[in-house]
Amino acid sequence: MGSRASTLLREEEIEEIKKETGFSHSQITRLYSRFTSLDKGENGTLSREDFQRIPELAINPLGDRIINAFFPEGEDQVNFRGFMRTLAHFRPIEDNEKNKNAAPSEPLNSRTNKLLFAFRLYDLDRDDKISRDELLQVLRMMVGVNISDEQLGSIADRTIQEADTNGDNSISFNEFMKVLEKVDVEQKMSIRFLH
Amino acid sequence: LLLLPPLLQVSSTQPPRKGCGSVLHAVAGASSSAADVTNHHAPTNESGHQKKPFPVLDLNYEHVQTPFEISLWVLLASLMKLGFHLIPRVSNIVPESCLLIVVGLLVGGLIRLAGEEVPPVMNAEVFFLCLLPPIILDAGYFLPIRPFMENLGTILMFAVVGTLWNAFFIGGLLFAVCQINPGYPLELHQLELLPCLLFGSIISAVDPVAVLAVFEEIHINELLHILVFGESLLNDAVTVVLYHLFEEYAGAGTVTVLDGFLGIMSFLVVALGGVLVGAIYGLLAAFTSRFTSHMRVIEPLFVFVYSYMAYLSAEMFHLSGIMALIACGAVMKPYVEANISHKSHTTIKYFLKMWSSVSETLIFIFLGVATVDGKHHSWNWVFVTATVILCLVARVMGVVGLTYIINKFRIVKLTTKDQFIIAYGGLRGAIAFSLGFLLDEVHFPKKDMFLTAIITVIFFTVFVQGMTIKPLVELLAVKKKQEAKRSINEEIHTQFLDHLLTGIEDICGHYGHHHWKDKLNRFNKKYVKRCLIAGDRCEEPQLIAFYHKMEMKQAIELVEKGGAKMPAIPSTVSMQNIQPKKAVPQERMLGQLSKGKEEEIRNILRTNLQRTRQRVKQLCYSLTVSYFYLLKCYISAIFCCFQIKEMNNYLTVPAAPPDSPTMCRARLASDPQAYSMKPTADDVPTIHVDLASPQSPDSVNLVDELKKKSEPTSDADEGLVMRAPSQNRSEESDREQQKLMRCLSDPGPNADEDEDEPFLP
Repeated sequence: MGSRASTLLREEEIEEIKKETGFSHSQITRLYSRFTSLDKGENGTLSREDFQRIPELAINPLGDRIINAFFPEGEDQVNFRGFMRTLAHFRPIEDNEKNKNAAPSEPLNSRTNKLLFAFRLYDLDRDDKISRDELLQVLRMMVGVNISDEQLGSIADRTIQEADTNGDNSISFNEFMKVLEKVDVEQKMSIRFLH
Repeated sequence: LLLLPPLLQVSSTQPPRKGCGSVLHAVAGASSSAADVTNHHAPTNESGHQKKPFPVLDLNYEHVQTPFEISLWVLLASLMKLGFHLIPRVSNIVPESCLLIVVGLLVGGLIRLAGEEVPPVMNAEVFFLCLLPPIILDAGYFLPIRPFMENLGTILMFAVVGTLWNAFFIGGLLFAVCQINPGYPLELHQLELLPCLLFGSIISAVDPVAVLAVFEEIHINELLHILVFGESLLNDAVTVVLYHLFEEYAGAGTVTVLDGFLGIMSFLVVALGGVLVGAIYGLLAAFTSRFTSHMRVIEPLFVFVYSYMAYLSAEMFHLSGIMALIACGAVMKPYVEANISHKSHTTIKYFLKMWSSVSETLIFIFLGVATVDGKHHSWNWVFVTATVILCLVARVMGVVGLTYIINKFRIVKLTTKDQFIIAYGGLRGAIAFSLGFLLDEVHFPKKDMFLTAIITVIFFTVFVQGMTIKPLVELLAVKKKQEAKRSINEEIHTQFLDHLLTGIEDICGHYGHHHWKDKLNRFNKKYVKRCLIAGDRCEEPQLIAFYHKMEMKQAIELVEKGGAKMPAIPSTVSMQNIQPKKAVPQERMLGQLSKGKEEEIRNILRTNLQRTRQRVKQLCYSLTVSYFYLLKCYISAIFCCFQIKEMNNYLTVPAAPPDSPTMCRARLASDPQAYSMKPTADDVPTIHVDLASPQSPDSVNLVDELKKKSEPTSDADEGLVMRAPSQNRSEESDREQQKLMRCLSDPGPNADEDEDEPFLP
């Protein structure tokens, strides 16, 4: 217990996180206690194994990708700031934030950033395009092993063909956004964090 | 209609019994007068000397009276519906429901003018047992489950709390108004609190029929539609409980706290019990549909009968019949859809739409007719105006207040515009009227006044609110319904987001909406689907099922739009096969088709060329056949009744000898522009529909997916795919293929009929 003293959340940190992510004080403390409960190694950071210990995540088809999304490029540990930064994408969009057009940087939970997060889950090689193979991988994870490759291939082809407007046989971020413009992303990608 | 007055003369000789349906009453009349007739026609040898000449032409109306009158009403309703759509200008301004009420008023007026007593058509039994269930079943079967579940909390708040608020507010204030009113001291002061509260509970419920009728025409966005419509469905439980509660205790005069507590318990029982009854029947129907693969003709019947039984069982126990029906439809749909044939699906869809449409029309016409029936009315200015005003005020206050509370819990908040539409869309309808009709005159001496007030409110909401809601929606620029169908992209990404959100919720340790939905899906996949879905379709992921449906729909559309162009395609087939990449230059493709269509064709062709084309033909054929199938069912049923079996032979084309598969295929492909029949050229890939046989590497037809066994009695209609007729196939598979074809060209009730193509040229 004693070694945890250095990892206790300080007020300044809470304020910074609040400014960066927009979470409220109580939400941050609540999520911090979740963070520490996941952190079995008690070193203030989470590793991939910590995430994999969550039982439901193991049976989630996208489990691995979601876990990867928390870790910045090339790193193996994520601290609380990074944890919150990722979770901030799922905060519900508030009405007063919609009007803040003058904000210098878009808040993490804006519609565009939410979609960008989802896009990056598809686009593993970060080339800003979802290629046919990447799409196939995701499809394979979602439908399981019983479906043949050809069937999946035709679905993938169909998907790309529907979304692709510039003919490069892959889905760019703009095309991705366009396809989902009818979907209510604000609702679908938000979690009601308890106050 | 001119026949009606003199014919009604016959029936009105019987004294109308209170509470009996016109059906029962007319049947009694018919039976007694039939007896008279037979007595009259008995040989008169014993009494008289005169022998009546044998009547060559005789009139016996009583014999057919009841079905005849019912048919006349239905016919009138349908003709009216047709008529309105021929006058486009009127139907743009005035919603259909208003026009139908006006027609009902006219018909009632005509009957009255003819001096006859208006038939008690709008009576509670007829309404609740015959007219209401089809509409609710249609709504429940096609209920969009996802938005409904996502907004369930909001809907329940509006339905339960909103209706309670309305009932007590209206009832209480009406009582106050009546007490303090100096105008008619004697009449209104007699009105006690409990009858007022009962009246309030009757009038406060938003009516699903009226909401459906009006909202269908204004095409607002899905969220608002599901909120108002869901509220109108779920408030039935509240209405049932309040109605019975106040009715019980109006005789006693007081309601104690214990009664209130019992009322709450009763509400839970009524609501949950109704849902439970519906779910049980739904599961039974799903389970039954698992075994109907050999008897496709009666599949729709199971759906309808189980649902109706659910409704009746719930009504029997005074549970909420509407909720039972909704639960039954919603529970049964995913499993039944996976099990039944394509034709049965079409049949169910169109029967439900037809019945609900006719019911709705009849309800509005009857409302009009019942209004004209003067003996049920007693107009009282104060009461009626107070009711109308209080209804509006209560609705607005209720919606605003509840939205304030609800918005604290919603992710996507309800705006003021939304609130306005929700408040304005709170229409009252025929359910309120029927409930008022059911009141006992002894306990409620003011029944007539109540009925008048109810009718006035209904007229006000349907006419004024119904007519003005469309221009208001335009004026306020409320978001409209998006007409485009769901694309495969949306489906994939929505599922993707579901998984993502579930994962994030698990990481946060926050067991919310997605977590439980995921758990339910897993449970469903693992246990429930195994029991209820036949064959191996239980393993089929949702995405694949969606993709197949979409492909089929698109293929049908292609044929319908560009059918004549199809023969030109084979020339590019070989091109496509050689160059799998979509490098085919634009000029090579058919010039007449648009780019979008080209892309679609190209894509489908590239992957499942021949299979798709064959499937297309099959579907086109099967759609045509499904219409004839229905007709044939009717005719066969009639023939069974009259036992004139030999007539069947005249209708069906004499069976062709089971010849080569090519001939069979050619006959099915009745499209004259299709390929010429080449009985010997079985292996020319360009012209012939040579399906990828299971030996070829890229055969991913449904047949394989479903891992069909090799028994000859395989399921008909399952994949609408025909096996490749190659020379090295055994006799068995040919027979199987012919069986497939035969089944595709509908089995009919007589199983040993040979290949029948009833009405094709």
